[in-house]
Parts: sequence; C-alpha cells; structure tokens
Amino acid sequence: MKKIQILGTGCPKCKLLMANVEAAVKALGTEATIEKVEKIQDIMKFAVMTTPALVVDGQVKSAGKVLSADDIKKMLA
Amino acid sequence: MTKAKQNAAQKQVTCACETAPKLIFPCSGSSDVGELADRAARMLTKTGAGRMYCLAGIGGRVSGIMESTKSAAKILVIDGCPHDCAGNTLRQAGFNKFEHLRLCDIGMAKGRSEVCDVSIQKVVEKGRAILEG
Repeated sequence: MKKIQILGTGCPKCKLLMANVEAAVKALGTEATIEKVEKIQDIMKFAVMTTPALVVDGQVKSAGKVLSADDIKKMLA
Repeated sequence: MTKAKQNAAQKQVTCACETAPKLIFPCSGSSDVGELADRAARMLTKTGAGRMYCLAGIGGRVSGIMESTKSAAKILVIDGCPHDCAGNTLRQAGFNKFEHLRLCDIGMAKGRSEVCDVSIQKVVEKGRAILEG
C-alpha cells in the first residue's frame, strides 16, 4: 500500500492537489493512504521550500505546483 | 515550538499561491571567499532579496530540496573561487539554468580577500542586482 502525503497549510491550491490525488488513486484503483500534512513544523521535516508538495512513500515527488490527476496517475502507475 | 520559532518556520515555506522563491546557493567553502559567499547569501536572505538554500541537499539528492529547486523562480549560485564547486554541483544534479556570481570575477582572490563588512556588502550588491534583474 502506498502512503501519499499532501503538504500544504490549507490554501486552495493545496486542496486542489488533494482532490487530484484522490481522483488519480480512485481511477487507478491503487491501494493507498492519503494524508494531509498542514502543520508547518511537520511540512519542514521534508525540507521543502514551496507548497503544495506531494510525497509518495516518504519521497517528495513535486513541490510548488499542482499536478493534474493525469500527472499523478503516471507517477503512481 | 515557540511562537517566534513558528513564525520563522512559516517564513521558510512558501505556498505556491505566492510567487515562487528566488533561491541562493553559495559554495560556503572553507576559504575566505567561501565564507564571503556564505555570509552574503545569508544577508541576501535577511533582506528578502532571495532565500539561501542547502547546497549539500542538492549533493545529497534530498527529494524535498530537489523538487523545491525545480520550482524556483530564479537560482543564484555564488562561487568563491574558479573551481565552481557550487555551480558544478547544481549542473551534476541536472540544474543547468541558473545565474552564476563568481567572486574571482569581481576582484576577490582566494586566500587574499579579507572577510569584512565592505567585502560582504560588495557581494550582496552584486547578488541583489542579479536577483532583481
């Protein structure tokens, strides 16, 4: 099972990334846990300078941009 | 975490709703010019011209640092000497588009450059001009 984390303090772009992740996971039928990380001190543990950021199994896959559901599907496939 | 530390932490992370950050990578080498590069980068960060980021994180391929660097609005690399360690570190990690300030090109020779406020300010002014250009 994949562990997916969305890093962001709760702005509209962070929420959009969350929705795109949920859509991608649903479309692929992938087993995954999706977690929103909103506390700034928890976000900083990933050493990112920009949010929203997408983390899959502990690895930051993107930062500072909202990936589309299609981009996320390619990443997870 | 204290309130002050939380505020400082908040400033470290930029939401993409804001403008992408301008990142600064000094070589931070052990020589006089390495120290000048490092201290100028810290001063540029304090004054808001850009944000110093961890060159070691690029060398170590830390995923958060790599991905944040990809999303930077501009990258300024400050190298102290002609070895260009910082620039080469960025290039080897796949970052070829960056502005390069070499202290040896502005009259600061390795081993013969005093680390003082005047010298730091000279580097800061050059760096700021590049970041704002």
